[in-house]
Amino acid sequence: MEQNISTGGSTAVLTAPAMRLRQVGVAFAGRTAVRNVTFNVDENKVTSLIGPSGSGKTTLLRSLNRLHDLTKTAVVTGDIYLRDLNVYGGDLPTTLLRSRIGMVFQRPNPFPTMSIYDNVVSGLRFNGIKDRALLDEAAESALISAALWDSVKGRLKAHASTLSGGEQQRLCIARALAVEPEVLLMDEPTSSLDPVSTQRIEELMTELKQRVTIVIVTHNMQQAARVSDNCAFLLMAEDRAGELIEFATTEKIFHNPDDPRTLDYIQGRFG
Amino acid sequence: MVERRRTVHDIASRKLRGRKIRSSIYIGFIVSAIVVALIPLGFIVVALLVKGAHVISATFLTATPVQPTLFDQDNIGGIGNAIVGSLVVDGIAALMAVPMGVVIGLYLSERSTRTATILRSVSEIMTGLPSILFGVFSYIYIVTWMRGYSAFAASVALALLMTPVISKAAETALRDVPLSLKEAGLALGARQSTVTLKVILPYAFPGVFTGVLLALARAVGETAPLLFVIGASIIYDWNPAHPSTAMPLMIFNYAGSFYESQQAAAWGVALTLVVIVFALNLAARFVAARMRREQY
Repeated sequence: MEQNISTGGSTAVLTAPAMRLRQVGVAFAGRTAVRNVTFNVDENKVTSLIGPSGSGKTTLLRSLNRLHDLTKTAVVTGDIYLRDLNVYGGDLPTTLLRSRIGMVFQRPNPFPTMSIYDNVVSGLRFNGIKDRALLDEAAESALISAALWDSVKGRLKAHASTLSGGEQQRLCIARALAVEPEVLLMDEPTSSLDPVSTQRIEELMTELKQRVTIVIVTHNMQQAARVSDNCAFLLMAEDRAGELIEFATTEKIFHNPDDPRTLDYIQGRFG
Repeated sequence: MVERRRTVHDIASRKLRGRKIRSSIYIGFIVSAIVVALIPLGFIVVALLVKGAHVISATFLTATPVQPTLFDQDNIGGIGNAIVGSLVVDGIAALMAVPMGVVIGLYLSERSTRTATILRSVSEIMTGLPSILFGVFSYIYIVTWMRGYSAFAASVALALLMTPVISKAAETALRDVPLSLKEAGLALGARQSTVTLKVILPYAFPGVFTGVLLALARAVGETAPLLFVIGASIIYDWNPAHPSTAMPLMIFNYAGSFYESQQAAAWGVALTLVVIVFALNLAARFVAARMRREQY
């Protein structure tokens, strides 16, 4: 489990996990929401966070790109590493961190004041990139990766709000991809979408993991089973704080979990 | 269960008649309240049209005023200089008030510090102050400092009047920006200031713009703050450092005139002013509605 933590030889770097979480906890106004989470996010794999409502999946996910910084009362403890960089240790500015760890939210949230094109390149523009050729190239490549290029290439100037819900979510994926992040966080990305759109996004994730490491929160266990390689199961403890019950390959979590509580959840006995 | 369902349906159908009667009584109240509110407005508009419309002509809108004499009572010239004066005074006031109001609104919408609370109270008190006090302020600080009346002094008075109106509208509009959009911006690696400029402000623009136009509509019609800071002028003068005049002042001066021709002219200026204010209001609504439609 811990074999990858020491960084040293070249092989260790090659197999180094994209992210490492060590005793991570999150508290709001002194009240613990997630505690003591330790696992590795493997490169070019899909890692899913599963568990019933209130188990802290989203809270944990949002600690990875420091989105809790917006909440004054939030305190993140423990250590989170992106490669060798300590995310909360001041190793890199938060803005740079967030351009290396992209995020897709629960509900599609394209910028309503911008066109499809402007939405896709917004992250690049926010980070100071103005070169038109580079923006055009990035937009096309991101839209192709998000399986949206063919349906929008003729109307890049149209408002993002003219797209359907599923297309808007793929636009948000394209927008996140355009910044070329190493890790993509997805917070229940299909929970507001219909089954067909959901399926397209799931297919997309399988293709995307060639170029980006994915961490996805989902309360749909079938989805976790279909798309993820590794699985973290969280559960709310007595004091309502989320805890990591088990982390293993998806295969193991769904067929042969160590913890009886994991088995209960997988088999639908609660949650 | 079936029993309870029948009871519920029975009671509901028995009460329906009473509900219908009450509903029509309330609607009656609302309609009569609207009518009562509209009657004085209707009278004003009719009076303005009847007494003012015949005065307005191309000359009236473009010429400078001429002092009538007993032998040539109908020659009063026009109000072109007052229109220019209003443009200069209100334009400069807007140039000062818009950035100030938007920045204050931004601060109030983003922060909940003690400073913000105090600033909000001060701003609310300012909207309730008699407008002549802004003239007094401008007289004490601007007129005495510039050693003379000027369009600029009038602009300062009006800017103070407009700022709290704009900041209130801006705060409301900026508060309505969904958190999910700010998060989307930040999650892409944008700095807070970039998110504010590129995401929050564009989204809130229709609301902010409506507030600006409404504040402007109010300022255009103000007389009191200008009375003792703007001085007087009967020529075209675009220089804000010079004394000037404005349309509401023209009404004030002409309405008390000895000459009937000037009294009629007062109605003409009033009608012109109302048309301008009405157009501003209409523009505000149109822009807001149009931009909202584009966003969704």
